[in-house]
Amino acid sequence: MSDSLPQAGPVNVPGYYHHHDLGRFGEIGRGAPALAEKFFDYYAAVFAEGALSAREKSLIALAVAHSVQCPYCIDAYSKDALEKGSNLDEMTEAVHVAAAIRGGASLVHGVQMLNHVDELGM
Amino acid sequence: MGLVLPTLAKARAPLASAAAQRRVLDDVPVPRSFGEALADAGLFPLTTRPVEILQLNLGKRCNQTCAHCHVDAGPDRSEVMPRDVLEASLAFLEHSGIPTLDVTGGAPELHPDFRELVIRATGLGRRVLHRCNLTAVLLPNYADIPALLAAHAVEVVASLPYFQARETDRQRGAGVFEESLEALRRLNGLGYGRGRGLVLNLVTNPVGTFLPGAQRSLEARWKQQMQTRYGIVFDRLFTITNMPISRFLDFLERHGRTEEYLQRLVSAFNPAAAAGVMCRTTLSVGWDGTLYDCDFNQMLELPVSGSGPRTIFDARREALEGRVITTGPHCFGCTAGAGSSCTGAIA
Repeated sequence: MSDSLPQAGPVNVPGYYHHHDLGRFGEIGRGAPALAEKFFDYYAAVFAEGALSAREKSLIALAVAHSVQCPYCIDAYSKDALEKGSNLDEMTEAVHVAAAIRGGASLVHGVQMLNHVDELGM
Repeated sequence: MGLVLPTLAKARAPLASAAAQRRVLDDVPVPRSFGEALADAGLFPLTTRPVEILQLNLGKRCNQTCAHCHVDAGPDRSEVMPRDVLEASLAFLEHSGIPTLDVTGGAPELHPDFRELVIRATGLGRRVLHRCNLTAVLLPNYADIPALLAAHAVEVVASLPYFQARETDRQRGAGVFEESLEALRRLNGLGYGRGRGLVLNLVTNPVGTFLPGAQRSLEARWKQQMQTRYGIVFDRLFTITNMPISRFLDFLERHGRTEEYLQRLVSAFNPAAAAGVMCRTTLSVGWDGTLYDCDFNQMLELPVSGSGPRTIFDARREALEGRVITTGPHCFGCTAGAGSSCTGAIA
């Protein structure tokens, strides 16, 4: 397996985004350990079974991972979604939700453009 | 059913050899050995409890060649339990008083004496489990098997990795999913899985190098999906972890993922699962009568340890109790996460 994630776009930075660094996430607690502990406790609580199932939360996380374009999160939640029993169709639809919201966020700003066009035009 | 691939044995692949598999597993760098993990959990050495399940592997013949099969079973395998081993196993079952017989393979129903085994074992008043690949009972000479199982109230433990064709067929062969549905419909038609005493349990394992999800939540979803999509009902869903043995190990090796997968299993070691592993209460009999702690040790040719009985011909229940279980890196497969056994999650 390649040691680094795809070499394109914002991740094309030597020394960044090695997949094995995901497993070292807990080391962030070397500094400010109390904050790390609070964060990881909160993180675990967020993903526990609740009003939403752990599987549904995993799919949301997968979509958000694509939206924030976090390679670590995409690795983690691709695997987690499969382990929670989701399938490729469901995971792909989740990514499309992220894409639709991101695309929609751009497009809806077109209304701002229209406002300006209306203001500036005759 | 689509193209059936050759087994590792037929292809003369290096990992057809159990010794070669053990070498690969032993050479994987892991943070701690299985023995050390047991010791850290206060479980070393792992010993057996009174035997509750006699598991017979009737041989390596199968009509499928699933990509993850730890047996390397397939149509080209010729290993079949001979008559004297079958008789000795039935005699041991009778005299030992072991309450459950678990019949596996290969596809056990392809054994010429499978029907007789079912009739005689249930005649002894034993609970009998049949590990069924679902498609074998659709073969022309085996179509009577479901009715036989129903007539003797044999519990069916049927393999189905996922409730869709894409995932299932990728692991078990093209067309297997549709045939599996047909077999499940026949079993439902006989009363299986309807809560009326004929038990139909499904077994799911990951289609890939990840761990199975939480059994209880997966079961609820599977029941809903199987019912609404296909009108099929069943009793329980068991989750089983893919074992890094034989064809799944070969897959891992070909894709350079052995170390990653084994380390995933090691990092997910669960002491509660280790305490409840099925080898503590199971005696596994190979097709040739050799005794093992489990079917996985059987495929790695790691027989029972100690100076006690080594074959079914000299097996005595009391002489097999309290023995030290033979373990290795593959054992992390049964202790990862919620654990894995022939009856699903452990912890």
